[in-house]
Amino acid sequence: MIKKELRIICPNGHLGFSPTKEDSFWLGAQTKPDYYCSDSGSDDIGPGPLGADKCASLYVWQKHDLELMLLASREQGVPMIIGSAGDTGTNSRVDMYVQIIKDLATEHKIPKFKLAYFYSEVDKRYLRNKMENGAVIEGLDSRSFLTFEELDKTERIVAVAGVHPYIRALEMGADVIIGGRSSDIAIFAAPAIKEGFPENLAYYAGKVLECASFCAEPYGAKESVIGTITHNDVKVTAMAPWQRCTVASVAGHAMYERSNPYYEYFAGGMLDMSECLYEQWDEKTTRITNPKYIPIEGKIKVKLEGSTKVGEMYIGIAGVRDPYTIKNIDKVIELSREQVMQKFGDNGYELHYRIYGKNGVMGDLEPVKEIKSHELCIIVQGIAPTKEMAEEVTMTGTRQIFYARLPEVKGTAGTAAFVVDEVLPATSAYRWSLNHIVEVDDPLELFDVKLIEIGE
Amino acid sequence: MKTIKLVDIAKTIRSKNAGTDRITFDIIFREKENYELVKASKIITKEFIANLFQICESRISDFVEFDPAYAIKFTILRLQPSGSPGEGDVFGCQQYPPLLDIEIPV
Repeated sequence: MIKKELRIICPNGHLGFSPTKEDSFWLGAQTKPDYYCSDSGSDDIGPGPLGADKCASLYVWQKHDLELMLLASREQGVPMIIGSAGDTGTNSRVDMYVQIIKDLATEHKIPKFKLAYFYSEVDKRYLRNKMENGAVIEGLDSRSFLTFEELDKTERIVAVAGVHPYIRALEMGADVIIGGRSSDIAIFAAPAIKEGFPENLAYYAGKVLECASFCAEPYGAKESVIGTITHNDVKVTAMAPWQRCTVASVAGHAMYERSNPYYEYFAGGMLDMSECLYEQWDEKTTRITNPKYIPIEGKIKVKLEGSTKVGEMYIGIAGVRDPYTIKNIDKVIELSREQVMQKFGDNGYELHYRIYGKNGVMGDLEPVKEIKSHELCIIVQGIAPTKEMAEEVTMTGTRQIFYARLPEVKGTAGTAAFVVDEVLPATSAYRWSLNHIVEVDDPLELFDVKLIEIGE
Repeated sequence: MKTIKLVDIAKTIRSKNAGTDRITFDIIFREKENYELVKASKIITKEFIANLFQICESRISDFVEFDPAYAIKFTILRLQPSGSPGEGDVFGCQQYPPLLDIEIPV
């Protein structure tokens, strides 16, 4: 029998990145939603975590958030769906989340349940084969086609899943789903589509729910919201007593993090929100009607994210207070660069300076050209093929700010203040090398869904 | 002519990544009147934004007046993807402040 409505709770817009606020979560859980869904990933965190295959979020926060959702959903006997496990959705992050669920099941003596999971890493040979057979891996956002050279250099690639593996997992009877990299909206749309609700409303629900309380006001992240999907509309309700979903906050959220407020693309099609109607339903709830779902014509296109290693990286920090040095800071940086060049030449490494107090935050986009600050902080970023070289490049680049040979400087005992007289090892430097799409014959060909039974 | 600063009439002025290669900017008003005032002033255009940030107009990939949310939205292409070596704002969330002081004639 087809349900009249489906209620989905989203406790966190990026599970584990900062802990879920528990009060509004339990208020939402008390209303017994039909699904507990949350995305745990983002490409906002930069290319480092994908390249280095590590999390951007703390393990304890991830476990905390998974624990809340697992306990509530198992207690109530409804499914829980997590996408983009461990920030990046790589295979190791999926394994890590599956293990957390297993550990929690043991710790809390949870009765037997079915857990489905799928990986989303893409083997470079798969793409190479496609390209050798004439397929074009199209670039997004003005990028050009993927080249063999760029593919070979890339460290790791994930494919961004649509609803397909989630629907498959639900059909297999999963109680808990841990997904690889996914479109955040798919995590919410999949259960609604699987339960027979219209695709346009299912995808819209995903769009509005995926960032949890970012669609509510006043501003406050990590609070729960509940989306209610019927056959005619979507309603979204804030669970925190101090937040409301208003027409302004919900319509405003449609444009969040997207270059265009009207169109949302995912594997399988596009959501057109240009004729959406928004109305205040009750104090804490906004009702949305009239989104349109435009299925893709021809083969499904799946987005790919890839990260390439640039080198090993160290970070140096220097403070400057002397007004003459501040006035001549560009010269100081130039002198410092020269010292690095004398040792290492002018290529084979990267050396970047960001000058806080001048244009450290905005760089070339900064319209304020005059330095108004009485002190500056300079962050030095040195990148090289080996850790030893990166350390020396960064150390030279930082310490030479201290030794800058400005002709009229009064402070001849040193022109920089150091918090620590060392440079700090950082995660290797990476660059987003793939923001592309690949055509697939079968929407599941990159996402193999597996089902296991766990619990007591 | 009497003017008012955008910061004094907008509810939200923000910037954020739109994927790995773009930064998108949102100027959102609570009151329809303020939104209409800014829209009618025709101050905020692609050309104006390009001048403000000293970039080519071709780097502005989208510019939309979004009536349902009383919002003006535009998106710029990054010169390098977010988080690349030398980039200073991984989330792209601190690029909006020059918008705060835009003067709108009243």
